[in-house]
Amino acid sequence: MRADLEIIQQWVKPGHHVLDLGCGDGTLLDYLKRERNASGFGLEINPDHITTCMNRGVSVIEQNLDTQGLDNFEDNSFDIVLMTQALQAVRRPDKVLDEMLRLGDEGIVTFPNFAHWRLRWGLALSGRMPESDALPYKWYNTPNIRLCTFKDFEALCREKGIRIKSRRVVDGQHQNNWLARFWPNLLGEIAIYRITREKT
Amino acid sequence: MPDSLPVDSVGVVTPQTYHFETPIELACGQALERYDLVVETYGELNADRSNAVLICHALSGHHHAAGYHSMNDRKPGWWDTCIGPGKPVDTNRFFVVCLNNLGGCHGSTGPISTNPATGKPYGPDFPVVTVGDWVKSQALLADRLGIDCWAAVVGGSLGGMQALQWSLDYPDRLNHAVAIASSPRLTAQNIAFNEVARQAITSDREFHDGRYFDFDTLPRRGLMLARMVGHITYLSDASMGEKFGRELRDQAYKFGYDAEFQVESYLRYQGERFSEVFDANTYLLMTRALDYFDPAYEFGGDLSKALAKATCEFLVLSFSTDWRFTPARSEEMVNAMIAARRKVSYAEIDAPWGHDAFLIPTPRYTDIFTAYMDRVAREVGA
Repeated sequence: MRADLEIIQQWVKPGHHVLDLGCGDGTLLDYLKRERNASGFGLEINPDHITTCMNRGVSVIEQNLDTQGLDNFEDNSFDIVLMTQALQAVRRPDKVLDEMLRLGDEGIVTFPNFAHWRLRWGLALSGRMPESDALPYKWYNTPNIRLCTFKDFEALCREKGIRIKSRRVVDGQHQNNWLARFWPNLLGEIAIYRITREKT
Repeated sequence: MPDSLPVDSVGVVTPQTYHFETPIELACGQALERYDLVVETYGELNADRSNAVLICHALSGHHHAAGYHSMNDRKPGWWDTCIGPGKPVDTNRFFVVCLNNLGGCHGSTGPISTNPATGKPYGPDFPVVTVGDWVKSQALLADRLGIDCWAAVVGGSLGGMQALQWSLDYPDRLNHAVAIASSPRLTAQNIAFNEVARQAITSDREFHDGRYFDFDTLPRRGLMLARMVGHITYLSDASMGEKFGRELRDQAYKFGYDAEFQVESYLRYQGERFSEVFDANTYLLMTRALDYFDPAYEFGGDLSKALAKATCEFLVLSFSTDWRFTPARSEEMVNAMIAARRKVSYAEIDAPWGHDAFLIPTPRYTDIFTAYMDRVAREVGA
């Protein structure tokens, strides 16, 4: 099993109502439905992914976060709002984070770390935009228009009064990597954050 | 009709008429003492009677959804693109049922049927039926066919409204409701177009307050106009532009008012043909059923409250250029389902053909419809 799914499912309680922003082919929701009896919806814009979701019985809504937003969802209508590997692809990640915590008590966010040593090394040596397992695109065709580092993300959370309940770091294949625990911003490729609103 | 049947056709089909002798109470307060429903079925009902799919027709539709009535038929049923072996509604897996709704003019009891009280056609005396009445009659048909629970109830446009109504009125009698190019209620603009159509019919001198049969005539002009207006709303500006542009039938303007543009002659032809085969009173009735449809009405306009009763899963599809029932109308339905925590999937399909797109097999539409129905079939072991 993918390490990120294993980690995320630990944070989802049985029967939770879940919204997955950028749900892809529905792997995660399908997994949470089977393992956690979770209900909920995925939002997706890729036509092939949408078709796959429908075929496997994952409730999927074609909706573009950038152009349509999330106004059609009511405040506090979900237990958890997920966003795996999509934060770096939306136009305004900061606003999406606000929306996630408007809709749900808790958010789970995963994204690739642009400060991973291999990317730093690649850029330093070749002077070209880095590519990796987690970021397998060219600079001109990448959907990842808002790349950031773990430190950047954590600074944004502080600014916004978002509390980070947990952070786990995995490698580009979503495997646990003990080294990354010691120096995540250099050695971690993908982070899984569990966030909530700071109590005021 | 080609010399041989296409391999993905359900083939030559024969409609069947079911007689119902128990009165059916209608929303308007009247009852029909007895009535007929004309029905076509395709595919085989499985042993546990779990693979039945109900197809609900739209405004001018009927029971002949797929296949041919004879080898001389020019065209197959109205949704032959989606129903047949290997098609989205796969007749190798499903038992497909399609009926002509009450009030129709293709064999089920309606304004052209004989009123047992007078021995003459009902005409304008036929009660105004609603989407809820249709669903009730469809449930009675399901009883007759021995179908406790539909694997899916599927419809486009007004047919999608019936699928939605099913989910509210008989929540435990369907697993899935599929509403394509549909709407949870008509807008003022929709009703306005219907009113123009009705005025066209009722102001025809041959209409005679709906008793045209007594005068041995038909309100052809009115029905033709109604269909012309309706037809415009089924197409998109782009698709009309693509099909006709500003093309003239002859080389030059004639400075008169005959049909000079191709689009004019097309609309006139469609309207005239329709006026020969469709009943004017049925047209009035169908448009009224559309106007009245509003399942949220008794819940203060809150569709999500109405949906609290529903237990089935929903598939909602819209088409980008549909301006009769825009994607926004489908999204209204979807948002209510989300708020009610119903299981729903939704996609807006990019297609240039306006409302009619639900009858035209574009690749993405076919892919989604096939993928969803494949799952519906798997669930019932079909």
